[in-house]
Amino acid sequence: MRRAVLIAVPYLWLLALFLVPFIIVLKISLSDIALARPPYTPQLDLNEGWAGIRAFFAGLDFENFTFLSTDDLYWKAYLSSVRIAGIATLCTLLVGYPIAYGMARAPQEWRPTLLMLVILPFWTSFLIRVYSWIGILSSEGVLNQFLMGIGLIGEPLTILNTNTAVYIGIVYTYLPFMILPIYSALEKMDESLLEAAEDLGSSRFSAFWLVTIPLSRNGIVAGCFLVFIPSIGEFVIPSLLGGSDTLMIGKVLWEEFFSNRDWPVASAVAVVLLLILIIPIVLFQRSEENAREAGR
Amino acid sequence: MAESDFAPWNDPEAKPLIQFKGVTKRFGDFTAIDDLTQDIYEREFFALLGPSGCGKTTLMRMLAGFEEPTEGQILLNGVDIGHVPPNKRAVNMMFQSYALFPHLSVYDNIAFGLRREKKPKDEVHARVKEMLRLTRLERFAQRKPHQISGGQRQRVALARSLAKAPKLLLLDEPLGALDKKLREETQFELMDIQEKTGTTFIIVTHDQEEAMTVASRVAVMDEGRIVQVATPDVIYEAPNSVYVADFIGDVNLIRGTARLRPAQAATEAAAPPPEQASPETTPAAPVAKEAAAKTDGPQPNPLGRALHDRILSPIFGTWLEEEPRRLPPPSAAETAKTPAAETPATPAHPQDIPPGGLEIDWSEGQPALLAANGDPALDGEKVVLALRPEKLGIAKTRPDAPNTLKGKVIDIAYLGNISTYHVEIEGGVMVKAQAANTRRISRRDITWEDEVWLSFTATAGVILKDE
Repeated sequence: MRRAVLIAVPYLWLLALFLVPFIIVLKISLSDIALARPPYTPQLDLNEGWAGIRAFFAGLDFENFTFLSTDDLYWKAYLSSVRIAGIATLCTLLVGYPIAYGMARAPQEWRPTLLMLVILPFWTSFLIRVYSWIGILSSEGVLNQFLMGIGLIGEPLTILNTNTAVYIGIVYTYLPFMILPIYSALEKMDESLLEAAEDLGSSRFSAFWLVTIPLSRNGIVAGCFLVFIPSIGEFVIPSLLGGSDTLMIGKVLWEEFFSNRDWPVASAVAVVLLLILIIPIVLFQRSEENAREAGR
Repeated sequence: MAESDFAPWNDPEAKPLIQFKGVTKRFGDFTAIDDLTQDIYEREFFALLGPSGCGKTTLMRMLAGFEEPTEGQILLNGVDIGHVPPNKRAVNMMFQSYALFPHLSVYDNIAFGLRREKKPKDEVHARVKEMLRLTRLERFAQRKPHQISGGQRQRVALARSLAKAPKLLLLDEPLGALDKKLREETQFELMDIQEKTGTTFIIVTHDQEEAMTVASRVAVMDEGRIVQVATPDVIYEAPNSVYVADFIGDVNLIRGTARLRPAQAATEAAAPPPEQASPETTPAAPVAKEAAAKTDGPQPNPLGRALHDRILSPIFGTWLEEEPRRLPPPSAAETAKTPAAETPATPAHPQDIPPGGLEIDWSEGQPALLAANGDPALDGEKVVLALRPEKLGIAKTRPDAPNTLKGKVIDIAYLGNISTYHVEIEGGVMVKAQAANTRRISRRDITWEDEVWLSFTATAGVILKDE
């Protein structure tokens, strides 16, 4: 009995904070737009009893999902989001792995400090940090002034309001999520394994490929998912750093919601996004389970 | 057979496999290895023994290539390998933690080194199969390291390091992670495999029993220097310093001043004492003579002998001759260091005491201790008489022995097969004596607080210069 109560607590939590909101969003996505407050119909009217409930369910349909498939804006936005998130994840891995490696190989007494430095950016507002990138990347920004100052370029580069700026923003924002799991995988690694690989005739470089990379695989997989999943739905970074041609589903969703006030379509976009994200989430969970089973 | 006496270190013709020439290794201000010179021969099982921090691991890592010597040369077959990287040396190492690759199966772990050589697949497969058979791991080939036991992991590590057929195999505390029983079994296995493959093994250990069991020669290290290199029996019976005597096994150290024994001493000092005429050595006289010509004359250690007699000779035929296992009779120079009597329970009669040697005044008002094997050159010096507990007899009545000490039993450690008695002798010195428990414990006649007599022969101890 006590066990059942204990188990019930997290389930109730998930039910109240995840499932209920999701059902509300799902319900809105099946509704129709209306000039009302809230701006959709039908509304559930319990005063009319059974007939009211019947009328409510009769008013729901999949019209909005059909609409999403007819307008190519949406699937292009989904596709472009996946592409941007994928490329950004790869870039984050390429930047994050050496950092994590360096941290794991740093002297023991340095590691807490380095870890602290990685987490430190979280102590300021995410929004402010992204804004500050505008100051760095704009044509009169710090970066261009520096590059022109040392005479590397003659005229300012256009970085802000391009996809490059979005990549920079995502890499910057999600870097800690890549570094931490890889660091924890590398830190556990016994250094004598590398010595053993060298002793058995492999060069330092091949020892890295044959031993270090496979042993940090779990960290790499976890880091990639932790970056990829939230950056697909990213809205702030593309809308602040991206240009008019940066197409990401988070931005589309925001526009549907706040510019068009079309809540039902916006909800449908959100539900499809969720369905798309379920695939990598399930993959992620499976790889975590494999890692646990491997006993390491 | 030709190998009846495996002692290449006594053969001036033998070419050493490894030569350390004045090797020094410093880490900053700290000198880990101090001007070390040592030869190690092919097919040897060489043990580096010492407390932690004595430099034995550094020495091994220099052989493997993980450290470079600060000064001096390390030669492998006459070629300086001091600055050759580890992946270019015909030397393999078995790590203390085993360092098995956790993401690879047992098979792939063993094949790792062979694949780096870009050998053809079937050759790799054949070699891995051979290694699996040698270490009895065939059934576990497809398991991952975390799915097998500690003892099996140890064998995988051994198989992996032997797979490339190195000229030299380094073993860093190879049995440290195993429990006592498994460790003893594995020691024999190691010796067996070393014999079968003919590889030169260098083992680093802080466990003196382990070193004595497996090694053909033991090097005792202290603070970056090798203090003594010799066969296990010589290390045990004839340590060259108080440090070695104290580090190897249990020992009683009685400090005193040496004095030349008055009678007969002058004429006999240079000649070997006649003690070798004791009954059990007579049949082997010619062999003894031959060995005496050498400076050190070591023999296979008792366990090596047992291995040969019981396990290997049925397979490979006998190559060790039947002969009594004992130290060779001492040469003139060695006289001071070689004890001979091994039966403390029935000490020799006083009239059997060989002439020559030293007397040691160890406590005021006590009779001097006789040490017929003492080096006359130590006359007048401060010396230490090192006595192994098992070489002391213990009795309730005063036995007829050259040396007797009266004392009181303070403590008894019952170990099953033997008991160690902690006896406080006159002058407050604590002495340990061991006796086999041939009687049931209830019939043991010596107990706490008893007055007892300790006795030992005139050659039971080793006289060492006090440091």
